[in-house]
Amino acid sequence: MKAKMWIPAVLSVVIVGAYFYGCSTQKETAAVSGDVASKVYVPPGKYDEFYNFVSGGFSGQLSVYGLPSGRLFRVIPVFSVDPEKGWGFSEETKPMLNTSHGFVPWDDAHHPELSQTDGVPDGRWVFINGNNTPRIARIDLTTFRTAEIIELPNSSGNHSSPFTTENTEYVVAGTRFSLPIPNNDVPISTYKENFKGALSFVKIDKSTGGMEIAFQVLVPGFDYDLAHAGKGPSHGWMFFTSYNSEQANTLLEVNASQNDKDFIAAINWKKAEEYIAQGKFKEMPAKYAHNVFNDKTHSATSTMMQSVKMLNSAECPGLIYYLPTPKSPHGADVDPTGEYIVGGGKLATVIPVFSFSKMIKAIEEKKFDKEVDGIPVINYQAALAGEVEKPGLGPLHTEFDGKGNAYTSFFVSSEIVKWSLKDFKVLDRVPTYYSIGHLCIPGGDSKKPWGKYVIAYNKITKDRYLPTGPELTQSAQLFDISGDKMKLLLDFPTIGEPHYAQAIPAELVTKNQKRIFQLKENEHPYGAKGEKEARVERKGKEVHIYMTMIRSHFMPDNIEGLQVGDDVYFHITNLEQDWDVPHGFAIMGADNSELLIMPGETQTLKWSPKQVGIVPFYCSDFCSALHQEMQGYVRVSPIGSKVELTANTR
Amino acid sequence: MKPLARILFATASLILIATFIVPIWSIQLDAPQYPEGLGMKIYINAIGSGSGNDLENINGLNHYIGMKRIEPEAIPELKIMPYIIGALIGFGLLVAAVGRRSLAWTWVAMFIAIGIVGMWDFYQWEYDYGHNLNPHAAIKIEGMSYQPPLIGSKQLLNFTAHSYPDIGGWIVGGAILLGACAAIMKRNTPKIEKKKMTNKSNPSYAVLEEAVL
Repeated sequence: MKAKMWIPAVLSVVIVGAYFYGCSTQKETAAVSGDVASKVYVPPGKYDEFYNFVSGGFSGQLSVYGLPSGRLFRVIPVFSVDPEKGWGFSEETKPMLNTSHGFVPWDDAHHPELSQTDGVPDGRWVFINGNNTPRIARIDLTTFRTAEIIELPNSSGNHSSPFTTENTEYVVAGTRFSLPIPNNDVPISTYKENFKGALSFVKIDKSTGGMEIAFQVLVPGFDYDLAHAGKGPSHGWMFFTSYNSEQANTLLEVNASQNDKDFIAAINWKKAEEYIAQGKFKEMPAKYAHNVFNDKTHSATSTMMQSVKMLNSAECPGLIYYLPTPKSPHGADVDPTGEYIVGGGKLATVIPVFSFSKMIKAIEEKKFDKEVDGIPVINYQAALAGEVEKPGLGPLHTEFDGKGNAYTSFFVSSEIVKWSLKDFKVLDRVPTYYSIGHLCIPGGDSKKPWGKYVIAYNKITKDRYLPTGPELTQSAQLFDISGDKMKLLLDFPTIGEPHYAQAIPAELVTKNQKRIFQLKENEHPYGAKGEKEARVERKGKEVHIYMTMIRSHFMPDNIEGLQVGDDVYFHITNLEQDWDVPHGFAIMGADNSELLIMPGETQTLKWSPKQVGIVPFYCSDFCSALHQEMQGYVRVSPIGSKVELTANTR
Repeated sequence: MKPLARILFATASLILIATFIVPIWSIQLDAPQYPEGLGMKIYINAIGSGSGNDLENINGLNHYIGMKRIEPEAIPELKIMPYIIGALIGFGLLVAAVGRRSLAWTWVAMFIAIGIVGMWDFYQWEYDYGHNLNPHAAIKIEGMSYQPPLIGSKQLLNFTAHSYPDIGGWIVGGAILLGACAAIMKRNTPKIEKKKMTNKSNPSYAVLEEAVL
């Protein structure tokens, strides 16, 4: 008996071992070959061909790389404070991080999305989601700065965001964690009856990029994961993946993995606009912050909004249909023609490819299997164009090269698989090091991809780089996809955790670059547009110092008459009007950060002296041959001192 | 003067109108930190930037060597020059109308004299800016002055200064040359010359040949 038991056990070990052995040999043979160095080499002083906007993951920021070199140019502070740039520390930027929960100095940023015109990235803005305290940020690509952040009420874990429609009419947001809407004190075990999801459509102003929540759609309480908009024929639809259709509220790894199929929610947002126009929405009280940075006043404002328009999917026929999708799907990716919707089921053994035209036909012919909370579930086969069979393990996300091919990332089998949209047959596969999450082809989710590279954003690096203790670098990998076979060209390290990323030809962005802020257009209420306007003013315990900086001095740089317990505001204007001449401002003992001030800009550091004595300040960004001379002193006297308030530079 | 000469003379006067719009001189400064260069454009009535805020940035850098700020309002020549050019245009048109060669030569001679005085004046300003420095300047180098070249290129610390006529300057030169050509043209063209002229149907060739003669 014992021997008999052993045989299947040994056999299964051999089979599993063979599988993993297969994987590992595959990795070893995928060494780089040929003259790949010249393909990623960008000579000194030359520019990269593409910008790559890579999410900073749990750093909360957005990083900017060049492709094909993989060089890091900039980390744009978005949801997390950044003392290097004074982001979230200067008085002007603090309101940007305001939320209905107060000042929130961190978030988890996952999916950068470039604005589009006619379904093609236009290089105007990048949007990115804050996952933890649900928000969407808009980064202005003329300044590479966060220009606006809007909070999302009735949402928690804004993961399926901020995917754009083809003319940036809307960017969307979802909710990974369904919640009681409105949120209230209920037993968690009442999930099925009390918890709902809300999908948000954020309207984007065509000329300014300004964001406003146009409406939300109340949906069954699943976990909404990713999304993509239809394009071309499917323009007007948005496709959200969802998992946990089991509606589990505990041990989701098991309890939310039971159903054979979860859903892609196909939302007809043009229909939603009709319902809104007909007044079929409920104006629902909801508190959320809307923060806008103004490049003229160089200051942000935070407005607390009070309500949203809510559409209830159960009361709006034709608004949503469910596409049954195996199994716990992640990506919902629409091909460049707008006909195919590819679902990436994390635990699925096939990649389902839905046909938009078949979906519409199925809706017309009412080929529904059932309803979930009033939402028709379309028959799987009726909407299916085909399945990619035996593609790999753990399909997550698919992008397209514009030449009829799709590239899907596989987390579990750690590879990228190229397959054909003609016959859904696998064409090629390459290993990634290790466990890829998202991938990116420049313009790969648009109507016209620049299908030259695919970049893998990996979750694990293990032995790929010099070790740096328990916490290792994050990484991306660049593959050439110009030929039939994918070719690994380059590994490059990234910040935070790279989730999704987008890339765009550099010239679409470089042509709009702002080099300086015009001093004459500076409308900061505490700005000093010339040294003649430099001064100090006391208002009770508040002292306002109108300071200027230009190579290589401050005006004023000797300030006396400050007292312990004062609230001192250094309002500093950089008078430079030349490209690449920022100045910094640092004062000893400051409990916040430095300021980094661009030419023509005014920024304010609040400083509360706690001790009597002389305190130095200086320029912290090497600006000129006499940068080390760019310094000054303030004199702090005891409370009630008779020392007169004076300021000068002589 | 022949009608053609008078037309040429009027043209020489009228093209000077362009100098009210385009710069007559350009000083370009190149340095390792300024791969795109800093430019200064001199107009008959103003001093401007090559691009953006160049003039302001040149003034900003010049304070390190103690050079005075270049303030167009403080240069009286910029107020006088438009009248001088205006007078030259008016006088030139008058010459074209009257058609007397001696007057034409007077115009040319006057113009050349004004040009020489102008260049001498420009040199004086350059000398003043380059030598008359603030004794408390941060950067002081024994024996070093910062006078840009009258015409040509010169190394000044980390900057290479290039000083050359701009479009307006070339127009001034062209006007003088054109005026001189018109003045030189003979009333009666000899027959041999005429034959030559028929070989080249374009009359402007003839004008040039006559000028050479």
